Amino acid sequence: MKDLSLHILDIAQNSISAKAGTIEVEITENVKSDLYSIVIKDDGIGMTPEFAAKATDPYVTSRTTRKVGLGLPLLKQNAERTGGSLKIESEVGIGTKVTTSFSLSNFDRPPLGDIAGTIVLLAAANLKTRLIYRHITEISTFIFDTNEINEMLDGMPLSDPGIIRFLKEMINENLHEIKIAG
Amino acid sequence: MGQVKSLADLRKIKDDLQGKMSLRENSNNPESLVQVRVAMATCGIASGAKQVMDFFIEEFEKRNIQAVVTQTGCMGYCFAEPTVEITLPGQAPVVYGYVDTRKADDIIEKYIKNGELVEGIIPVNYETIEKNKEER
Repeated sequence: MKDLSLHILDIAQNSISAKAGTIEVEITENVKSDLYSIVIKDDGIGMTPEFAAKATDPYVTSRTTRKVGLGLPLLKQNAERTGGSLKIESEVGIGTKVTTSFSLSNFDRPPLGDIAGTIVLLAAANLKTRLIYRHITEISTFIFDTNEINEMLDGMPLSDPGIIRFLKEMINENLHEIKIAG
Repeated sequence: MGQVKSLADLRKIKDDLQGKMSLRENSNNPESLVQVRVAMATCGIASGAKQVMDFFIEEFEKRNIQAVVTQTGCMGYCFAEPTVEITLPGQAPVVYGYVDTRKADDIIEKYIKNGELVEGIIPVNYETIEKNKEER
């Protein structure tokens, strides 16, 4: 994966496969404590403790189309390379929470990349799933919630190209305001 | 730079767009539209599927083609990612492999506009694709 936004896109697919009704993505940056954390939380079907314990093993996957599952292992490797870690908390019937932490200043931390495009793409391709994205910096917090967007859109699909373009710009401008690290 | 865009601006954009568009009615009836499914599992994403998906969305708008672009999981052709499944109205789906933006352009111009097959089709059993979809 070239950047963190692609990891987020990838891990969020697990939530969609797990039939999540709501997916929350939260990025927290803190320069003082040199922390860059990404939390991806869903209310999907969850995993048994046995499966959750093996989920970062590349030779474990819930898929039947192939025998390897590299999404979580690749993210874990990237986090550990910066001195960070990846933690999975999951409960059957409740959902799953994946917490990844990086050293913010570490040279090996991948850049965030096109997070606006990723969030909007996820929202547009999964219209029935509520997607909440929070980005927290020391300056402020930006919150994007597809429920609020859909309320404004009043029946018009979020996947309309004009809306997609607007939402990407809106996210990018707001992230610029709260001075994200990139 | 002006003011930062907010949800209030979204309403204005929505009203503008609603005036011009007929797509909304059609999206309730996706069988009548071209359907594009981009494989977006780890293998696809790592190979550039997001860029390809963005390209399809943008180009359909520019070229005024009514289509639904969605994502799907890994169809098992990881070696050929990014893969894209195109379904023209009333036809069986066709899966293209190694799709970059250049190939996507070819697919739009030749296959989607004219029904002409483009090189790079992954020969697949239609039933297998359906089965994979169910498994997702």
